[in-house]
Amino acid sequence: MSETITRAPRRSGPARRVGDVVFSGTSRASALLILVILAGVAIFLTVEALPVFTSGSADITGGEGFFSYVWPLVAGTVIASIIAMVVATPIAVGIALFVSHYASRRIGQTIGFVVDLLAAVPSVVFGMWGMQVFAPKLVPFFGWLEDNLGFLPFFADGSATGRTLLTAALVLAVMILPIITSVSREVFVQTPRLHEEAALALGATKWEMIRTAVIPFGTPGVIGGTMLGLGRALGETMAVAIILSPGPFTWNLIGTGNKTIPSEIALNFPEAAGLRLSELIAAGLVLFALTLAVNLIARWIVDRRSEFSGAN
Amino acid sequence: MSTPTQERTTGPRMDHELDHLRGVVPSPVRPAPPHLSLMVLGGAVLATLLLHLALGRSLVLSVVIGYLLYVVGVNVAYRLTAGARVATDHTMRALIYGAFVLAIIPLISLLWTVVENGGATALNPDFLQQTMNGVTGVHDKAYVEDGAPMVGGAYHAIIGTLIITGIAALISIPVGLFTAIYLVEYGGLNRLSRAIRFLVDVMTGIPSIVAGLFAFALFGVLFGVGTKNGVAGAVALSVLMIPTVVRNSEEMLRIVPNELREAALALGVPKWRTIAKVVLPTAASGLASGITLAIARVIGETAPLLVAVGFTRVLNVNPADGPMNNLALYAYYMFTRPLNPGYRDPSIERAWAAAVLLVICVIALNLLARLIAKFFAPKTGS
Repeated sequence: MSETITRAPRRSGPARRVGDVVFSGTSRASALLILVILAGVAIFLTVEALPVFTSGSADITGGEGFFSYVWPLVAGTVIASIIAMVVATPIAVGIALFVSHYASRRIGQTIGFVVDLLAAVPSVVFGMWGMQVFAPKLVPFFGWLEDNLGFLPFFADGSATGRTLLTAALVLAVMILPIITSVSREVFVQTPRLHEEAALALGATKWEMIRTAVIPFGTPGVIGGTMLGLGRALGETMAVAIILSPGPFTWNLIGTGNKTIPSEIALNFPEAAGLRLSELIAAGLVLFALTLAVNLIARWIVDRRSEFSGAN
Repeated sequence: MSTPTQERTTGPRMDHELDHLRGVVPSPVRPAPPHLSLMVLGGAVLATLLLHLALGRSLVLSVVIGYLLYVVGVNVAYRLTAGARVATDHTMRALIYGAFVLAIIPLISLLWTVVENGGATALNPDFLQQTMNGVTGVHDKAYVEDGAPMVGGAYHAIIGTLIITGIAALISIPVGLFTAIYLVEYGGLNRLSRAIRFLVDVMTGIPSIVAGLFAFALFGVLFGVGTKNGVAGAVALSVLMIPTVVRNSEEMLRIVPNELREAALALGVPKWRTIAKVVLPTAASGLASGITLAIARVIGETAPLLVAVGFTRVLNVNPADGPMNNLALYAYYMFTRPLNPGYRDPSIERAWAAAVLLVICVIALNLLARLIAKFFAPKTGS
């Protein structure tokens, strides 16, 4: 009797432990795999990029070392992304407010779906649309900019095809709208109901309510969403590769010229070999560092907000 | 005694500052005449039509001017009748509605362009069943000049898309799902799971082309420099897909009520069986919909495949050997490097047809995710 009692739990004990050990081990290993993958991204890119930093500066494209090769790319990438961010943010905040405070619940959901669709359209399709439809439409606008604001270096010489950095930046703006919209909408919806009702009870109009209750509450979230959008714009490849007709760096935004890091990689990678390959991978490493920095700042801002909103 | 006086002096000043900061000026509001904004809208529409039809301005310019007239008109009209605060309110409303319409325009234009340019070709059974093997610029010239049938299609690209995305899903779904299980069920708030959550955020921000470079570098080190094949592409896509799967799954596992876990554990069910038989089935619909969205996110990726998979015109069904094709890549190459530079139209047509297939895939996957979430949601009867 006593034997069977003591044996029964022993038999089920190890069996239970094996299942648990396997399961928790698998999930822990998957979690650690993420760590390994990220470390791998950094390590493998660095290893493949190393020849660039050890070889003579005369061998690098342009003949003046890696830095002078990469800075025009970085400048083009940053300029296009910042224009995209500046154009997209007010529109995205407008849509987010429309969905959260103006439209009915049903319409808001439908719009949410449409915005998600906009986010899911492949970037190559955006690029084809941008080159074939959008760029020609912008040519008269560029002509107007050249005639009226031509004294500024940005609008010195209009392109006849419209395949310029400004066009690419505007298409990027359309592409990053969804992410900024969805992050902003999420924080606007979380505005404490009591704040809104207090504002309305004091006689505020709808806009005054939004300005005094919703926007102060949502600002850190909007900034975080904007930075996420900036990160996405920095890494966007195909749309820029198709739209932009590449050239050396210029301040002129409406003429031929400029490159971005991702488009430079995409356009040159298939034919690259040897040191050129390392150059492109090194440029990719720079891009990785750039987006990493932007995303970390964005996360920091968003996390600060969540601490703040916990106090409410 | 000094504290109250300080409060007295600072208190009103702060209120005053707030008024200026927030822009709320306590001014009286008068009732506006009914339908004032509609009247202004009518005037703006009239002005737009006048500009377009009578003065011959372009439609875009007329609409832009008409909208600006509406914004200014609403502001002035309400300022005169109801006061400045109501005017600001209506102006902002007009701007917010305007932002919404402005964002819808590119989406409609894009979908219209895709369907108009590629719709007919995409539905052509020949296009779906042929590869580009042996098709040259000569065929395209014959198609344009002599009306010969269009040859060459995207069969190899469709198969390539399915294989590469399939392998990426096979890698990402288990890894992502088990990571989410670790974060929710085992890790809790310990240091490792906090670090993983942070790293998943970092991973979400990796540019797609960097993921491609990573796969290329990894396979270069493992199998010799310049190795490009379908598996490398799948690895690149996994880097992009895993964080999406983790995030969506974590959210879904988190909303499974704790009572269910506790009830199972109290009955003596081992933890892994509790997760496998209670937690996962409860969250199944949400997990499936999140995974579908993750697939939708990577199915149209071009840049990582351009770098890691290479490009071919023939059918290759072996992902471990040599370059493959893929719909997005097919569209890109047809669009930027037409077979016959003198007769670009057939190639551009093929590119748009591939774009149609991609957009249909993406929309279908998004709808599917919604339907799964809606119809297979756990019954919340009790």
